[in-house]
Amino acid sequence: MCSGRIDASFVLRAFSKGADGVFIGACHLGECNYMTHGNFQTLSMVSLFKKIMEFVGINPERLKMAFMSGSEAGVYTESVNDFTGKVKTLGALGSSEGLGEDELKSRLEAVERFIPYIKLVKKDKLALRLDEEEQYDRLFTKEEVEALFKEAVTYRIDPEKCRACMICLRKCPVGAIAGGKNLTHTIDQDACIKCGTCFEACPPRFGAIEKISGETLPPPFPENPGNKREVRNGQDASGQL
Amino acid sequence: MEGEPGAFKVRLTKKPKYILEDKCTGCTTCVENCPVTYPDVFNQRISRNKAIHIYFPQAIPLVAYIDESCLYLKEKKCRICAAVCKNGAIDFNQRPRKKEINVGAIILAPGMETFDPQPGSEYHYKEFANVITSLDFERLLSSTGPFQGETLRPSDGKHPEKIAWIQCVGSRRILPGANTYCSAVCCTYTQKQVILTKDHSPEAECTVFHNDIRAYGKDFERYFEKAEGLPGVRFIRSFVSVEKENPENGNITLRYATADEGVKEEEFEMVVLSVGLNAPSDSRTIAAKFGIELESHGFCMSDPLNPVKTSRPGIFISGAFQGPVDIPESVFGASGAGSLAGELLNSRRGGLSKTRAYPPERDVCGEAPRIGVFVCHCGANIGRIVNVPSVVDYALSLPNVVYAREQLFSCATNSAREISDLVKEKGLNRVVVAACSPRTLEPLFRDTLREAGINQYFFEMANIREHCSWVHSKEKEKATRKAKDIVRMSVARAGLLEPLREYDLPVDKSALVVGGGIAGMSCALSIANQGHDVYLLEKDRELGGMARKLHYTLEGLDVQACVSDLIQKVHRHQRVHVYTEAQITDAKGYVGNFTTTAKSARGPVQIRHGATVIAIGADLHRPTEYLYGQDPRVLTQLELEQKIAQSDPGVLQCRGLAMIQCVGCRQKDRNYCSRICCGNAVKNALKFRQMNPQADIYIFFRDMRTYGFKEDYYREAAAKDIKFIRYEPAEKPVIEAATEEGRPVLRISAPDPVLGVNLALDVDLVALSAAVIPSAQTAEIAGLFKVSLSPDGFFKEAHVKLRPVDFGTDGVYLCGAAHYPKFIRETVSQACGAAGRVLALLSNDTVVASGSVCEVQEDRCIACGACISVCSYGAIEFKTTPKGRKATVNPVLCKGDGLCNTKCATNAIQLKHFTDEELLNEIDAVLISG
Repeated sequence: MCSGRIDASFVLRAFSKGADGVFIGACHLGECNYMTHGNFQTLSMVSLFKKIMEFVGINPERLKMAFMSGSEAGVYTESVNDFTGKVKTLGALGSSEGLGEDELKSRLEAVERFIPYIKLVKKDKLALRLDEEEQYDRLFTKEEVEALFKEAVTYRIDPEKCRACMICLRKCPVGAIAGGKNLTHTIDQDACIKCGTCFEACPPRFGAIEKISGETLPPPFPENPGNKREVRNGQDASGQL
Repeated sequence: MEGEPGAFKVRLTKKPKYILEDKCTGCTTCVENCPVTYPDVFNQRISRNKAIHIYFPQAIPLVAYIDESCLYLKEKKCRICAAVCKNGAIDFNQRPRKKEINVGAIILAPGMETFDPQPGSEYHYKEFANVITSLDFERLLSSTGPFQGETLRPSDGKHPEKIAWIQCVGSRRILPGANTYCSAVCCTYTQKQVILTKDHSPEAECTVFHNDIRAYGKDFERYFEKAEGLPGVRFIRSFVSVEKENPENGNITLRYATADEGVKEEEFEMVVLSVGLNAPSDSRTIAAKFGIELESHGFCMSDPLNPVKTSRPGIFISGAFQGPVDIPESVFGASGAGSLAGELLNSRRGGLSKTRAYPPERDVCGEAPRIGVFVCHCGANIGRIVNVPSVVDYALSLPNVVYAREQLFSCATNSAREISDLVKEKGLNRVVVAACSPRTLEPLFRDTLREAGINQYFFEMANIREHCSWVHSKEKEKATRKAKDIVRMSVARAGLLEPLREYDLPVDKSALVVGGGIAGMSCALSIANQGHDVYLLEKDRELGGMARKLHYTLEGLDVQACVSDLIQKVHRHQRVHVYTEAQITDAKGYVGNFTTTAKSARGPVQIRHGATVIAIGADLHRPTEYLYGQDPRVLTQLELEQKIAQSDPGVLQCRGLAMIQCVGCRQKDRNYCSRICCGNAVKNALKFRQMNPQADIYIFFRDMRTYGFKEDYYREAAAKDIKFIRYEPAEKPVIEAATEEGRPVLRISAPDPVLGVNLALDVDLVALSAAVIPSAQTAEIAGLFKVSLSPDGFFKEAHVKLRPVDFGTDGVYLCGAAHYPKFIRETVSQACGAAGRVLALLSNDTVVASGSVCEVQEDRCIACGACISVCSYGAIEFKTTPKGRKATVNPVLCKGDGLCNTKCATNAIQLKHFTDEELLNEIDAVLISG
């Protein structure tokens, strides 16, 4: 297993389960002992994830990737001590960002639902291998991530047009389509990963599946998220008066 | 040593370690308790070590030994180590043991030593505290070095910010005590030290005083450019002398000269002497014992064609005993020596090997997880920090854990047997050992599980030593809590582990060698001599490759005689099947099972083979510069060599010859050094001088890269009035046809940087040292065998230093100029090295592919191709199924890196043994506070 095996969902899971920071230690860039060079892949995942964290109002400094070799104990301890010190000054995840427990949870869950979709639409960019570490900082932009969430597609089955033929239902990779023979199909939006397989699969003569852009229900996040504490409806976002 | 090839008798004396190697676990408790400190030899005596110690952290075997500074050995006092060693591994009764062994072949690998700049010499080493050698500096830079990677000055322990390196210390000198040859590795190791210094301290000023930068190895030119381009780094071409030490701050003044500024003095905070390589100081004793000859510098005299053969049959050499060489040459030479020993001993191959028998594997699929946890004290290593009994109690409270116990040393033979017995007795189906790093001991415990009759992938190791007790020795309670956390994570993962099958793939016992030059033929012969059929494909009508155009080497080898001898041997060998005019049309398969289709003079052919060697050589750049192709008097070195060999009248009557180096390389579009041209130019110049003592001979060069013993020929050439004139790439020599006193000449104009004047030289012939470029077939062959290319277009080995003849693709190997330009001897050594790697594969009936590979759950696959795009090994492809296009993994090619998993939107592809579920469970477990 290589650091390139670290999935965005692992990082997300750590935050969801209460970690205040996530540290990824990987080999030095360009020094792969094999020909995998998977740490570049990790780096691009991390750079995207940081932008997502920023977008959902979590301080991106809570995620850190550092490079070291197996013999560099000093580098490791220094990086870990720096990072734990940093996380301590940042304070607990959520409350320090002005997010209440439920709000944090719902935001993280929203991100979790988006991970498959992000992997799909950004697959070419995520597979890129750039020369320099700094280039990865610029690989994904804030606007891009915003667009990703706000203009995400939604697939819906028009009950009028659906002939309950089971084609899309069988092809859905995550089993998100309910229904049966002669029972109109519906997409479980919570389970749907927006891969479009159903859209491609629905016979053109039926054309029962609609692809809607930018009208996700409900919109995942309030406007203008940030690291600052926000006050809404007379309460701050952590839910305290 | 006595005897003959195939039957040597060697008498050895094994010095006592005073340690029972099979009992020592490398825990280092003894080292901590030993009261004797003395200068650490491994760390260049800069820091201190104990009388009992492990030589260095990566030592093999990783066991301690006691040296002569021990109090007990000196005065019969102390014995503390024996008291603290819980495994009873200390044995002061050991005496030197004499042993007689019978062997069929001998490989000498005594290595080299670094040049010792004696105190009192011009460098003031050990007189001025801040003059150190490059090996001292290497240890300072190392994280396992005397100051854990901090670069501190010997005089005052401060960080030096202004450092100078002096190149060629002890090398390229004709003074007594120094070596005349070039040590071949110092230019590049210095650049590495400069880069590391800048990494440590970006503000550091680094100055390298050199006389030619010899960046002749693969990727070295780029590396040099990287070092040279760093801010605050200067490379100055100048002789330099160590003048004085500043008594106040310990700084060192150097005196040097530059073309622009003349002689000047400058103060540095530290001076590093880039010391060269010497033959082992006992090389004469070694030579006498083994009855081999040495060459004039004290290194081993090797065969003129094959540098791993000594003057005595059956005795081979590996590494720098053949003369100064870099790591890749050492590694492929080592493999080559192994292959030659294999040729000698082939009839006895496998005679001493034994197969292990394991009990049948119990099917535990229907059972709920029954986890056993074994917590190791590691003597006192874990036990005195971590409260082991409380970790055991804690483990018993975890879900699915049905048994837990502590062990003194889990790795000891009796403990492993205990685990195996308990698995059977308690009906365990998962085992967690909480001890040290899986890096060393996971294979042992997996084996223990096999002995116990359960699948070896049901094992999980929790590292509570390196990750816990060793780093939290002052926080016992916290360390115990952390050990529990680590065990909880491992138990969480263990519960989900699945039994995995390793694949035994049959190996086709024959090899395909692509390319019939010296590399391909040497490799084919070495493989065939070890009893395997070899299919040798050559694109031309005849074998021989580029060597057909060469006539002699710098060392005087008759190349044509060698080539015809090789061709004869190849044609006569019953196991070598030659196909000329061959063109490969298709190549399929994987390690052990390739099928290659080709057209050839013998008609179409389909070859099944277990291993593939790519030895397609290289091409020569056809110059477009310096009037080449326009004026017949402008030749390439190869054409000049042809004329010399034929005693062409043009050579004999020539009044002036000029050679121009680096034609078509060391430039933007071909950013590498062709390695062989400096040696070749000197070779042709010397031969030319021999035939025509009167002619003026000029060599225009940028850096003379006559590395290793070739330096002696460079000196000889200079002594024979061959004039070396350096040029800068910005001001290349210009050639024009002119008439001088009614005689047509070629006029060369170039500035002379030493004299500071513009030269205009009239000659009759010009020889261009044209770049060696990748063979025109490279891309095609790379595509067929799914191997990759380096930025310069040569084939890319699996690892530039450690695996120089392997490809990342298993079962495919590389040798000769297809890898990078090289001399004939280097080619032969690498060819034997490739043969050695081929034999390591073909001598097995099967290859085992790991069970931890990726697998696609087809229902979830949406054929987006994201996984395919990140697989470096070409292990994933699409296949058509009744449900449409789906990705599929070839488990033989999969290396288990798991990149594809992270790209898959539907989690359809999973790395077995490291599945999402297993890893997420581990993450969940660590975040439940214990």
